[in-house]
Amino acid sequence: MIEGKIVKVSGPVVSADNMAGAKMYDIARVGEMGLIGEIVRLDGDVAVVQVYEDTSGLKVGEPVVCTGEPFVLELGPGLLASIFDGIQRRLTDIAEMYGDFVVRGVTTDALPRNRVWAFQPLVDVGMEVVEGDVVGEVQETTHITHRIMVPPGVSGRVAEVKEGEFTVDEPVVILEDGTEIRMYQTWPVRVPRPVKRKEKPTVPFITGTRILDTFFPIAQGGYSIIPGGFGTGKTVTETTLAKWADADIVIYVACGERGNEITEVLTEFPKLVDPKTGVPLMQRTILVANTSNMPVAAREASIYTGITIAEYYRDMGYNVALMADSTSRWGEALREMSGRLEEMPGEEGYPAYLATRLADFYERCGRAVCLGSDDRVGSITAIGAVSPPGGDFSEPMTQNSLRITGAFWALDTSLAHRRHFPAISWIKSYTLYLDQIEEWYRKNVAEDWREVRDRAMSLLRKEVELQEIVQLVGPDALPDFAKAILETTRMIREDFLQQFAFSDVDAFCPLRKGYLMLKVILTYYDCLEEILVQGVPLRQATEHPIKNEIARMKEIPSEEAEEKLTDLMQRVQTELRSLAEW
Amino acid sequence: MAENKVSLTTTEYRTVEEVAGPLVFVSKVKGAAYNEMVEVTYADGTVRYGQVIELSGDLAVVQIFGPTAGLDVEKTKVRFRGEVAKIGCSLNLLGRVLNGLGQPIDGGPEVFPEEEREVVGSPINPWSREGPRDFIQTGISAIDGLNTLVRGQKLPIFSGAGLPANELAAQIVKNAKILGGEEFAIVFAAMGITRREAAFFQESFAKSGALERVVFFLNLADDPAVERLLIPRCALTVAEFFAFKHDMQVLVILTDMTNYCEALREISTAREEVPGRRGYPGYMYTDLATIYERAGRIKGKKGSVTQMPILTMPDDDITHPVPDLTGYITEGQIVLSRQLHRKGIFPPIDVLPCLSRLMNLGIGEGRTRGDHRGVADQLYAFYAEGVDLRRLVAIVGEEALTERDRLALKFADAFEQNFLDQKDENRDLEYTLDLGWKLISMMPRESIKRIKQEYIDKYYNPEKAQELVISEG
Repeated sequence: MIEGKIVKVSGPVVSADNMAGAKMYDIARVGEMGLIGEIVRLDGDVAVVQVYEDTSGLKVGEPVVCTGEPFVLELGPGLLASIFDGIQRRLTDIAEMYGDFVVRGVTTDALPRNRVWAFQPLVDVGMEVVEGDVVGEVQETTHITHRIMVPPGVSGRVAEVKEGEFTVDEPVVILEDGTEIRMYQTWPVRVPRPVKRKEKPTVPFITGTRILDTFFPIAQGGYSIIPGGFGTGKTVTETTLAKWADADIVIYVACGERGNEITEVLTEFPKLVDPKTGVPLMQRTILVANTSNMPVAAREASIYTGITIAEYYRDMGYNVALMADSTSRWGEALREMSGRLEEMPGEEGYPAYLATRLADFYERCGRAVCLGSDDRVGSITAIGAVSPPGGDFSEPMTQNSLRITGAFWALDTSLAHRRHFPAISWIKSYTLYLDQIEEWYRKNVAEDWREVRDRAMSLLRKEVELQEIVQLVGPDALPDFAKAILETTRMIREDFLQQFAFSDVDAFCPLRKGYLMLKVILTYYDCLEEILVQGVPLRQATEHPIKNEIARMKEIPSEEAEEKLTDLMQRVQTELRSLAEW
Repeated sequence: MAENKVSLTTTEYRTVEEVAGPLVFVSKVKGAAYNEMVEVTYADGTVRYGQVIELSGDLAVVQIFGPTAGLDVEKTKVRFRGEVAKIGCSLNLLGRVLNGLGQPIDGGPEVFPEEEREVVGSPINPWSREGPRDFIQTGISAIDGLNTLVRGQKLPIFSGAGLPANELAAQIVKNAKILGGEEFAIVFAAMGITRREAAFFQESFAKSGALERVVFFLNLADDPAVERLLIPRCALTVAEFFAFKHDMQVLVILTDMTNYCEALREISTAREEVPGRRGYPGYMYTDLATIYERAGRIKGKKGSVTQMPILTMPDDDITHPVPDLTGYITEGQIVLSRQLHRKGIFPPIDVLPCLSRLMNLGIGEGRTRGDHRGVADQLYAFYAEGVDLRRLVAIVGEEALTERDRLALKFADAFEQNFLDQKDENRDLEYTLDLGWKLISMMPRESIKRIKQEYIDKYYNPEKAQELVISEG
């Protein structure tokens, strides 16, 4: 054990001398209170520690003890449905033991030690196992089977296998060389967990949000960012995705955000039911909550805590979704720590290594063939919120994230002001996954899915051009066919893109329903064009009451969508065409 | 004798090395703690308070709460008090006026604390928080109807120089319905406000009979800037004491947060830190969060802390770091508009950039009214449409517009004149929503898309729209 003494205190950064032998990123306990910190710089025998807790009251000369271990997580059954702070302390336990406020210097077990789990072995004595092999299973929640794996770097022949109820501390499989495999393993957060190889993503990550699934879909194992000024709905979008996204496990990292928002998640998730399994959403969710007023260094760590847990469940072969809200707060924590370390600042005071850190983080996502002999495949899809100052996307966090991520869902303040939600701009957003997952859509949604999507998109682009003309000369100067486009795009915007996250029916829209809705609107447009040519005045056509039915398409329950929307499509054709026959 | 006794337990230093702005560098210090409180005695006997903001070897950097004029290197005595900043909390603070260090300045008797609390405070465990969901009626249509405030929320008012933010805050304090039956308290923290503003608040509290329930923390424009760093923390510590120990519903008004941020920048510059945007320190987000996040409710406790910070947007710029970072932390914002103010509308709330993030938790069937959400969204949508068209009209003239467009324009005028403009009227929610329906009824029925059909059937009535008074804009 290396023990030194404090020589300097500046906010969350503490320097200690006499620390020769300490390693970078080792955990240190600082001061009489034993505050938890991480060594971030070494200079001779002086170690600089970033402390994860408030440092008020620390004195020069107090002891600093280096544990010799980096910051590791405990990974095993009991993670699901839990709420942790940025350094994997159970907030429920802290509340129970220390009251309603988070006090300093406390530690909790990340995994409950007194709880027993029914271990079902899947290996026999004498079998050879390698790293990543599943040695047994534990039913962690009603629908999630927790696979107990051989930790990376371990292999050998099984000497002893146990079956029955155990706590996470007890060995369940013992190898011939004496290695004991427990139901939990530890892993340093800053090191990516190994996989066999990364795979090309080809399956879409279904979100239930029409604009995303139709116009800007991402693949399972992809990553996307949602930048937007305050009030544009980043958090609502993130929680909507956390609720409805097609993933086995959801990890929600509330990084430097509001306490009341976490309360909302905590009260809402146990009540909401996963549409696929019928189980409360909380049962598949893990929350990492480091609110904005909790210590800044722990905020920096929280994002790594989130991704490491995600990797662990991916290794079991699950599809994991990681919601990081917001990555900007993480970037700011980096900036703050960098400032305290008196490093040379890069752009806007952010450290020069911001881009590398971001890339390291996002590259830990992806679809991968996991370790183990069964070649199971798992994925991590990450959605990172970005909070650009002043809503200006040219700032370093947005720009650096853009260079890495495969999709960009831009939130637009003017849409939010107009109460167009989700306020995702269809002009600024993009996705790079379209070609990779098109095949899947053709097979599973509709053969002409891509054509329908592209046509609607080109109409929306056309609208922007037309709006510019309208701004100059007024809407009356436009010819009828142009007005027909405007009428159609208004429909796409209001009756298709807008989606109310709090509605019972509309919060989750299946792919097929979304496709049909768009198809109805395009059919309407085709018929408009057709009858305009035949001399029907536009006004007469647009006043037809079938429009109101289109406006209410969202309210059609998903089960009835196929039938009702196909019927509506036909009636749009017959009724509009009948206008021409007059 | 007493003097001697003190110096036995605490240490006094005469080793001031350097003075830079509000910072004093003391050397040869042993055993000082980070954030510890310090008493500094000037050569002329003046005593000022300060706080340790950095320790490096035997050097302590102390930030002085007060002017450093008259401070010299040789004779100044520095005494470390062995504790971090604390405030004595007591129910007897109600009705008192205190300075930034929590000392009474109203000439009244000394307050004997029931409990001493550290002003820094600890973060509320997110697990222990109770979701805010109780509607607070402010009597202001633009807030109650469109940006509902709930208990435990932090909802700032973004103002501009010369806009009536104070008047609005005073009117809210006067009318807020929550303050009726239950035990309530107002903690008012004034940072760098003028004497005129301070007097205005005191008078208006006196008029509404709330004075007895107010703790007034006062730091005037000519008081030391550094003291402003402690004021919101003292205020919130007292508020937490009232709310979570004495089950009171506490409304905290912090004005003006722009002055607070400027004090923060001043200290940061004096410490020669790497500046962030517009010279404000990089940690300003974290610092503001430790203030704003102290609003909320706790499971199993009856009380609540609701915050209404007021800030001035320099040059009415909402992207300025102070409103920007605030908006990222608070649960929405009420934005005042110079244009509406010029039109003589009070309160001049520009509803388009306004938001209350917790609104959905406090409204709807069983809380307010089932149609509340829909009405709010529909009013927004129509008003936004009308405001957009005003720009277009300026270019192409009204003749080029369709009939529907003209109607939307008329709606925008009617909305401002009837819904927003209410002067000092105290409106209940029922009235506000009915007014909303009158406005909505101006528009064709099929254009209503944000409201459920059943409510349209129930409330839509074009005849009612005739009751609105609309003068030509």
